[in-house]
Formats: sequence, structure tokens, C-alpha cells
Amino acid sequence: MYGGKTRKGIYITERDGMAVVKLDSGYNIGVDPVSCAFSGHLPEIPAKKPDVPQKKDLPGLSIVSTGGTIASRIDYRTGSVTSQFDAADILTAIPELANVANYRTIPLATILSENMTPLIWQELARAICEEIKRGVDGVIITHGTDTMAYSAAAISFMIDSPVPIVFVGSQRSADRPSSDNAMNAVCAARAATSDLGEVAIVMHATTSDDTCAIHRGTRVRKMHSSRRDAFRSIGIDPLGSVAYPSGEVSLEEHAVRRGCRKAGIHDKLEEHCGLLQFYPGMSPDLLEAYEGCKGLVIAGTGLGHVSTTLIPSVRGLVEDGTLVVMTTQCMQGRVCDRVYDTGRDLLAAGVIEGGDMLPEVALVKIMWVLGNERDPERAGSLMQADLKGECTRRSTHGL
Amino acid sequence: MDYNAIGLTAGIEIHQQLNTREKLFCHCLTLLRNSAEHSGEFFRYLRVTESEMGEIDRAAQEEMKRERKFRYYTYDTTCLVENDEEPPAPMNDEALSVCLTIARMFGMTPVRQVHTMRKLVIDGSNTSGFQRTALVALNGALPNGGEIETICLEEEAAQRVKDDIFSLDRLGIPLIEITTSPCMHTPEEVQQVAEYIGMVLRSTGKVKRGIGTIRQDVNISIRGGSRVEIKGVQELDLIAEVVRREVQRQETLLAIREKLLLRKASVHDNAQDVTDIFTSTKSTVLKKAKRIYALRLDGFTGLAGYEIQPGRRLGSEFSDYAKKCGVGGIFHTDELPAYGITAEEVLKVRTHMSACDQDCIVMVAAASDTLARCALHQVIGRAQLAVSERPVPEETRKMLEGGSSAYMRPLPGAARMYPETDVLPVIIDDERWNATTVPELLSVKAQRFAQEYAIDRNYATRLALSEKLPLFERALAEGIKPKLAAFTILSTCTELRRDGVAVEKISDEDYLATWHAVESGRTAKEAIPDLFKGIASGDSFENVIRKLAPTVSSHELKSIIHKIVADRSEFVEQKGRAALGPLMGVVMTEVRGSVDGKIVSEILRKEIDAAFAGKRS
Repeated sequence: MYGGKTRKGIYITERDGMAVVKLDSGYNIGVDPVSCAFSGHLPEIPAKKPDVPQKKDLPGLSIVSTGGTIASRIDYRTGSVTSQFDAADILTAIPELANVANYRTIPLATILSENMTPLIWQELARAICEEIKRGVDGVIITHGTDTMAYSAAAISFMIDSPVPIVFVGSQRSADRPSSDNAMNAVCAARAATSDLGEVAIVMHATTSDDTCAIHRGTRVRKMHSSRRDAFRSIGIDPLGSVAYPSGEVSLEEHAVRRGCRKAGIHDKLEEHCGLLQFYPGMSPDLLEAYEGCKGLVIAGTGLGHVSTTLIPSVRGLVEDGTLVVMTTQCMQGRVCDRVYDTGRDLLAAGVIEGGDMLPEVALVKIMWVLGNERDPERAGSLMQADLKGECTRRSTHGL
Repeated sequence: MDYNAIGLTAGIEIHQQLNTREKLFCHCLTLLRNSAEHSGEFFRYLRVTESEMGEIDRAAQEEMKRERKFRYYTYDTTCLVENDEEPPAPMNDEALSVCLTIARMFGMTPVRQVHTMRKLVIDGSNTSGFQRTALVALNGALPNGGEIETICLEEEAAQRVKDDIFSLDRLGIPLIEITTSPCMHTPEEVQQVAEYIGMVLRSTGKVKRGIGTIRQDVNISIRGGSRVEIKGVQELDLIAEVVRREVQRQETLLAIREKLLLRKASVHDNAQDVTDIFTSTKSTVLKKAKRIYALRLDGFTGLAGYEIQPGRRLGSEFSDYAKKCGVGGIFHTDELPAYGITAEEVLKVRTHMSACDQDCIVMVAAASDTLARCALHQVIGRAQLAVSERPVPEETRKMLEGGSSAYMRPLPGAARMYPETDVLPVIIDDERWNATTVPELLSVKAQRFAQEYAIDRNYATRLALSEKLPLFERALAEGIKPKLAAFTILSTCTELRRDGVAVEKISDEDYLATWHAVESGRTAKEAIPDLFKGIASGDSFENVIRKLAPTVSSHELKSIIHKIVADRSEFVEQKGRAALGPLMGVVMTEVRGSVDGKIVSEILRKEIDAAFAGKRS
């Protein structure tokens, strides 16, 4: 009974003490539960079996799904959009993928990407490695966009691959007709069957549905909270692009080509590391809280600075065996601690300059370096070496 | 016509833009722009998705028959929410309040917890592919005993510039949707109910005015027919005609079916490629086409060309369905030879298709085999319906000029809705509902004006419905005489507008200043038209009044009038007091309306009397 009339509807969920009911018109309304009476259960809708026609003569791709908005569905418990589908559902939703390759799908995790952990990076690396050993022509990883760049960097360091490893996601939920999921996925499949030979993120290059950009896994950042073209290559040009709907892939000269690297995996990570953004007036206590950490990346100001008052704490950390690497919160440009006194004092305290590495990439790298190299000096040199395109030797790129 | 006998049932949905400051789900102003002013553009593809019940809506599927790319114009007054590049802001509370006010005016029950839904719309008019909409109140009453089923608060769709180009300025303006039950049974009743609801909406003073700010959708069915929704009736005066024409269409479709059954008409997929027949055709459409296909409809001759509504034939319906595949339309033999297609060519096609006299041939010209087949497949579907037990398909149609209608898509099912998870539900508790006040109905207001201010009843009604009602009420509050304000708003301005004066450029402040000037004797009411002409042409009120009305002292006035009468002594002599009328005009021109006519006529009368007396003596 509501509004003086008896209405039939489907009970959806309880929300803030109200019964959410879907009326015949399709509208949901929240009503006092006492005004509802139970009349029967809905007949169950049989689950549809994904039926994906595969074309065997096309290249073989593996889709490893971790969750994220490329595969989302409405959650009635919370009323929010959550990642719930596995890769098979993606193929059902985006039939055009069948014209690009044939697919194996590996459901690894169904998490929101903010819940990603180094442990799952390692599982992901092993899963990818297994697919490479199977001889697939490329691997696609579906991933939530929030921490996609971290995962792409982690896989970049852990895996040597002769084939493309492409991360893809979407910024608009897959339930909506305007979602970027389909185009991103199709472009990711094109990139994964292309001549590329490294870890990349493939997402919208503009707000229009015209082009996807191919970004290097160690030089990419999510630079906008909501736009489709949120991902940007920082400090270098994108590796290439995929035109839509033609699917034509163009690769730049600096993109690593297919077959250039031999397959390999180094999946050890030292998780006991941190990333700290300096701000004016920061208390030394905060730095000292990292005592015992194996590695610490500082996102300093400008050329790579923290306040003078923090330098004794930095020195303390280094003396206790923490590898401290300086990056810049400017994102663009490189660290140079030889210009000002503070910088020189930081170097004297044992800080290692992180070049033009992105702070979060430096964090992932320090985990990987310390997982594989115990010697502090050699670890320090590795941090400054260009392993997977994360450091450039020359600053050629403007803002 | 006895509409009762044919079982006419109709309901309406009224969509009215609300005049809130900001849009429904973002903080952009509710400003309409000229599309030429757009500051950027982008394009998207929309694709069908599965709704929460796992079905794809049939109306959405129909739109997907064509792969469509939509272009959008952006402005410096639109933001990332309209671009579908940012999650929506919380629901605009001002808009919700207006809905609650309207809900109270219809005696409705508010929804305790309002949930915003996503309504699938993939015709490109919403960048997201859905329209956000929330059910706010249920169960209201109409004076005719009918029921208002629901009030929904929705976001307005983007305006189509042309073809697949949309303008984002309109997207997101709050829109109230009022749905009546199917409670009307004559065309006139539908129109009266629409007028009444429109009046209630305007009584809030919070709705947008002007063309396109209110749209009516009419649901119509007759016995044996089907529910058909006709969208986008913008002129209120046309509603009754739209209903009449739809009744005619449904009745005719029922009659056509009877004829088809008598003829044992049938529809089969016998489509064939007839491109070769037209290799040297004179028809420009066919000459350009890559493929031409023909379909034989057995027993349809004469009926495809049968008029079902003014300007519409059964063939027009076939054509509308075919257009969904992206073709320009169809030809059928009831209308041929024409369009450059010769009788000889028609005969060739008929022979090729083994058609006998009773059979009608439908032809389609398309860019590919696939498109041609798709189009004919649509025609087959529609023709099958014409002979089926439900010869009037359930459809959403769009109104054409004059009141006829064309097919848009099937009626949408309930599957097109699912929750908008980015917007939190809003609670309407007793406190808020009880605090919602109801404004005076404009019809009641008109009655009051007539009584309290002794204004003519017809005038009072026009005033209450006028966009200038708030100005009128302000004027009264400031002590302006009701008749002066009413006359200026309704008569003076209407006349000036007719004369091409841009009256809309005159601000409320200018109106008030003008009236105060009249009331204080600084100018005369006769000067108002000239004052307004000056202001409308861009000058300021003060400048115009200074130029127009150099203050004339009573001494000066007397000497002006004296001179005028003296100059026309012969005329005055001839006419006596009857000279008063013609001379009034002369004096008023001389003083440029800066003096009240009453004073002028008084002095003038004395002067004439004096002059007349002088001559006699």
C-alpha cells in the first residue's frame, strides 16, 4: 500500500531502513518496510552461457582479469557499481573482439584496483609468465584504472617478455551505452597482436571515440580522476596509437618491438618499502616512522628537496640501512640534488637521486630491486639504471 | 464522431523545463545557447548494454539497427558532466522542491526515499546513453476526476542540431514529467487536461517559458487498436487534433486489415535484387543507388497508397520502418510511375517479381545488399503486422506538422531502467513535505484580480497567465495603479511588439520606473509607447525620458494650447466643441506626450470655449 493504492513491485534491497522496490514502470522507490507485503518469489532467470565464436586462424591472446570498470555490474547490496565479471563476460559483451584474435581467459581476481597488493602483482606476473610460455601472441590484463599504472610498472620490472603485455580498463562503467570499455578493449587487443614487445597501458587518447594511446608501463600516470583520456605518458611520447574503429596500430620508433626480449620472470619483491610526499612544515616524526623499512622513495619538491630540518632524520634512516631514493613531485623533469645546499646535504646524507623516474614507479622499482639485490651499493646503482624504460638519459620532452 | 463508441482512451505525459538556477546533476547554469557559439566538439559511439534484468530493451535494439556515431557541441557554459566525463553532482535540491510543490498542488503522496534511475536512451540525445530520472510523487487528482499517476524529475536531453549532431547546452536542465492515467475519452478533454496541468505548473512561477520548454506526449488507443505514444507535441492547441488524427489512423488500419483479409493478402520474404532492370533509369535516386531490391506484397495493391491520416499512407509506415536501416525510404507501386521511374520499368519489375494485379511491389535503393535486405526485412515485419490480429502496432511516434505522426520506435519496455548508482537517494521526510507550501493557482489569481482591481475578467486571466505576472505583482506592491500596469503589459506591449519593437529588451526595472514617472506626473501615460520604443532601441530610461519629455510647465502648456487654438481659429469656429478631439492629437504631438491627456483636454476645452465665445461676441 502506498499513496492510497496497492502497487505491485519487486523488492530489490534494504537501504537506510527503507525497502527499495522496483515498480512495474521500472522506477525504484524507497518505502517504509511496513507498507510492503510479500507476495511471492521472482522466477529465476537462467544464467546465460557465454558463447564466443573463436577463429582459430587469428592470433592467440590471453585475457587475465583482475577486475575494474572494464567489467562491472550493479551491486544491489550497496547500490554501487563493482567489479564482478570475469574475462569470459567481457567477450560476451564485446563481440568485435572475436575479429581480432582468439582468446583464453584467466580469471585471476575480481577486485577494485585500490585493493591491489604486491602479492597480487606477483600472482599476476606468474599467470602472465605461464601464458607467455604457452606461446600466446600477447597478453591483455583487465584492471581497474586507479592503480593500473602501479601494476603496469610492477609487471614491467618482474617480467621479460617477447610479446606485448597490455593493461586496459575503462573510466565509464561498462553498464552504460557510452562506456569506453568496448573501444579500449578492442584497441588493447589490436595492440596486443601488434609488433609491440613491452608492457603498456592502452586507453582513450582523447575524449572522442577516435584513438587509443599506447603508453609505456613505466612512464604512465592517471592524470585525471574521471575523463576517458586520463592516462598520459609522462616525460616521453606515447609508444604509439590505435585508431578506432579501423584498429590500425602505429608504433613510434622508441617502442620496444616484439621478440626483442627473451621470456623471463623475476618475481621477488621487497614489500617493506614506502613512498612519502614531502610538504612544507613536515614533521621529522613522519620520516622516522619509516625506520626499519628496506626502501623509501621521497617525492620531494622541485629538483628533489625536503626541508633542512628533515635531513638528520634522512641520514638516520640511511645509516640504519634504508635505501632512500629522491624523486620529484613535479612529475615532469628530473631530480638534481647538486644545485642547492639542501640537495647537496641530502646527497651527503646518502640519498640516491632517482633521475626522472615517476615517484610511484620508483616505489615499485625499489620493491623489485630490493627483492632481487641485497647489496646496498649495487641496489643503489640499479635504482639509477634504466631497466625498463623508466629512466631517460636525456630530457627531450617538454611539458 | 462518437468517441465513446470506439472506446477512445487517452493519457498524457507533460514535460516541463524548470527554471532553476543550476542544472539537475551539475552546477552549470540552465542557459540555452546558440549552437553557432559552441566552443568545442567531440564524438562518441553508443552501444546497447544489458540492464539489471538482463534484457536488452526493444526500443534500444531498434536504434542499434544502425551503427551510429554522435557528435556533440560543447560550450563555455557546459562541463564534464554533460560530456559524460565526470560523475553527476547530487540532485539539485531547488528542482526537487519545485517538484514537491507541484506534487502538493495535485494532492499527491511523495516518495519517501527518492531513487534516481538510468533510463536507456541511445538515440544520441544523452551522452551517457541514458537519461537520469527519479520518481518523486504518486497518485494525484485532476478536476475531471482523472488521476495523475506520477511526477518524475528528469534531466532534459541534448538538443539535436541536425542529423546526428547534438548541442549540450540543454542537456541536464531539470524537467518535470507529469503522467496522467488513461482517464480521457474525447480529444477536447485531452486538450483541457493539458491546459489545466500547464496552468498549475506555471502557478509555481518556477517553470521555464517559451517554445520548446513544455512538451506533451499523448498516449492514445481505441478498441481493437493499440497503445500508441505520440511524442513532442509542442503546441497546446494541436493536442485535440493529434488525438483525432491518431483515432483516424487506428480506425483506418483496422479497416485496411479487413480488406486485406478479404483479399487473402499475405506477406513472405520474396525479396530480390532488381538492380539490373534500372541500369539506364532516369530516376536520380535509383541511378545513385548501388543496389535496388524489390519485395512483392500479395494482395496489397491500392492499400499501400491508402490514406490513413492527412498526408500519411500505409506506405509511409513501411517507409518509416525501412529508414531504421539507414535507407532514405521506399517506393511502392501504388505511387508509381513517378520520381523518374517509368511505367515500363514498373512493368518490368512486376513481371520479374511475378506480381499479379492485386500485388503491390515495394522497392528500396541502398548503398549495399545488407542495407537493402535490412530495409525490406523491416517492411516485411510492418506489412505482416498490417494483416495480423493486432494491425495497430504499439509504437512511439513523433508528431509531424499539422498533427499527423510518423513511426519512431517500438514502445519501450520496463527493461530500460536501472539504478543510477552515482547519485545517492534523497529522503523526503514529513518535515520537508509539511513545509512545502502551495502557491495560489493562476486561475484563482485571475479571479481575484478581476474582483479586487476591477480589471476585465478576460484581461485578468491573460495577466495571470502572462510571463510578466511577477512584474505586475511587484508593481502593485510598489503602489502602481493596477489598471496602468495591466494596460501596459497586455495592450501597449502587444501593440508595440506587433509594430516590431523589441519589447523583450525592456527590463522590469524600466517598466517600474516608467510607471512611477506616470504616477508622479513626470510623464503622461500617453508617452509610454514612445518611452518603450526608445528603451527597446538600447537607450537608458533616464535618457529617453529626458529627450522625450522636456518638462512642460502649466504656464507653457497653456500658451502652447492657446497658440494652437489661435492658429486654427477657423476650424474651431466651424466645429465648436467638436474640435476638441482633433486638436487633442495636435497638442499631444506638440508636448510629445509629456502631459497627462486629462489636463490637456481640460485646458483645451476652456480655450476652445473661450475662442468660440470671443468670436460670437
